[in-house]
Amino acid sequence: MGKRFAGIDIGSRTIELVVVDTSGKIVDSLQTDTGFDPMTAARKLIHGMDYDRIMATGYGRNLFEISFDTLTVTEIKAHATGARTFFPDAHTVLDIGGQDSKAISLFETGRVKKFEMNDRCAAGTGKFLEIMAKTLGFDIESFGREALLSEKDIAISSMCTVFAESEVTSLIAGGKNRREIARGLHTSVIQRAAGMINRVSSTGDIVFTGGVAKNPCMRQLLAETLGRNVLTPEDPQLVGALGAALLAMEIP
Amino acid sequence: MTEDYREMWTHLGLDLDAHDALLGVLGGAYQDIFLSQKNRPEGMKYFDFVMSEVHGLRIKELLDEKKAGRKIVGSYCVFVPEEIVLAAGATLVGLCSGADFATPEVEKLLPRNTCALIKSSFGFKLGKVCPYLESADMIVGENTCDGKKKAYESLGHLVKNLYVMDLPQVKSDQGRALLKSEYQRFRTAMEALTGAAVTSESLKQAIQTVNAKRAAIHRLSILRKADPAPISGLDALLANQVFFYDNPARFTDSVNQICDELEKRIAEKKGVFPAGTPRILVSGCPQAVPNWKLPFIVETSGAVIVGEESCVGERGARNLTDASGETVDEMMDAIVDRYYQVDCAIFTPNPQRLEHIQEMVATYRADGVIHYGLQFCQPYLMESFPIEKALEEKKIPTLRIETDYSMEDVGQLKTRIEAFIEQLR
Ligand code: SF4
Ligand code: SF4
Repeated sequence: MGKRFAGIDIGSRTIELVVVDTSGKIVDSLQTDTGFDPMTAARKLIHGMDYDRIMATGYGRNLFEISFDTLTVTEIKAHATGARTFFPDAHTVLDIGGQDSKAISLFETGRVKKFEMNDRCAAGTGKFLEIMAKTLGFDIESFGREALLSEKDIAISSMCTVFAESEVTSLIAGGKNRREIARGLHTSVIQRAAGMINRVSSTGDIVFTGGVAKNPCMRQLLAETLGRNVLTPEDPQLVGALGAALLAMEIP
Repeated sequence: MTEDYREMWTHLGLDLDAHDALLGVLGGAYQDIFLSQKNRPEGMKYFDFVMSEVHGLRIKELLDEKKAGRKIVGSYCVFVPEEIVLAAGATLVGLCSGADFATPEVEKLLPRNTCALIKSSFGFKLGKVCPYLESADMIVGENTCDGKKKAYESLGHLVKNLYVMDLPQVKSDQGRALLKSEYQRFRTAMEALTGAAVTSESLKQAIQTVNAKRAAIHRLSILRKADPAPISGLDALLANQVFFYDNPARFTDSVNQICDELEKRIAEKKGVFPAGTPRILVSGCPQAVPNWKLPFIVETSGAVIVGEESCVGERGARNLTDASGETVDEMMDAIVDRYYQVDCAIFTPNPQRLEHIQEMVATYRADGVIHYGLQFCQPYLMESFPIEKALEEKKIPTLRIETDYSMEDVGQLKTRIEAFIEQLR
């Protein structure tokens, strides 16, 4: 059997593990919830997995580095690398994960040119959408589809999760349509993401990665808002781990 | 620390419990951040000693000076001319403002969205933990940013002898004239404080003393050009921080000694990090003791800081004062000339700062720039946008960060800084 390289992406909500062969093809992938003890969850995930080298990314990468004595790479570079394998011409990547979001622009060579990240709070992240879905009584899997069923947006003025939640509650109490509120919430996240993208790159296709890229309303609104093509790989939440695995392979 | 320091602190009116807590945190941080570094120059032992005695021996020295009749003046800005203070027979100490303290008390007097530096200066006063502040016979404030100039109105009620210096906001003939008249007024105030006249001899001597201190720092800065870097950014920042409160002559000697050692290191191609380590220039707001957050993150993420475009750094120490004048007036003019060049973001417009950043990138062979802005600091945060744009047009990678003294954003900052360093490799 040829060599195998693994990448592990330890996010605040989930952990992904991807193993590739020497051609860069995904031969194994696993996902688990991060829970309250990320290192135990990570240990379980890699247990019994067979690989020659592993590289960690995600907010838990430094903890993993200490616990397992491995190499690390930031989410920025990992997502850039992962996105390029699906879309070799990509110049712009938007990643929205559970706890943060980032826009990245790339040089022709695939190197990172510039990036922007959201600041400390949950505004504009997967967590924000999750809480809002719950407040509206949708499950997160269908949240985007439900929002798309509405033609109209109800504007949400707060980006702060706490204020937005009470704003939504009072809109519901005011008898407003839940789908319209949902669409409004999606719009507010997209506007923020669009601002970040515009600061790093102004034209060309956008590769959308991270768990939130699975949401069809987010993809559609992103394309509409920016007037740019949005490309999404099949398993967008695996892109970071895949990038890390490929970078593990590149090491001499 | 010995008991006689405790007596000294009590005498100064410090809150001993709070002060113990502060020193405990400070000592721990120093251990983790500075003493854990590898390949440090031997000469840094002096600064380790200074730091371990920062509230002890140095305060005792100042109190001894006071007993001998000398006055102590505290300042918050590099626009307060040390030459004039020394020439009038007083000692100038920089008041650091680099850590959060007594924040709930501070926020009774200042809005929450005040920069960490200003809040810290109030916190040290309200928490009664700064022996420098309590030893000072006069505190000099200055009308720089809006935050500071309004905050001094409140600080005036908290400290004994606050003197506020006005400063120009525009580099124009009127601006220069204002600086000149304010420095004259300051000279008179210093003479009144000490009872000693500023003479051509004392002023010349003072200019030479301060120039020597700056020249030593310039020498240190230039040595940081070498790859591998002979000294870490953390240690160099520390030297720049100690600049503000150490005895000037002793400081000058100690920095020169380190430089002798660094020259040997460079000749042997020895450094603190391997050759080829990504090199970063930090530009922006001052980093006062014990604000070591940014360089600690940078230098534990695989890069080295090779310069600080900052008031605790090159903006503050750049340019010597011409000492060739014979009369007090001539030398006062030379002092005005020297300070008039400081390119603080409170000036509008402020094109020299961008030029200096580019010059420093070239001189210190930096691979990228991190613009360090304190949250709520309008002058520097506003400048950060055009600076980022201009640097990127010149293909100088730039990362703009906005932070404060708290530790809650360290994880996020680390990710951004590591990603920036990956970009530079
Ligand atoms: S940044 Fe401006 S206001 Fe602050 S110390 Fe420097 S010169 Fe003074
Ligand atoms: S950091 Fe900015 S806001 Fe704070 S005192 Fe200095 S210039 Fe003023």
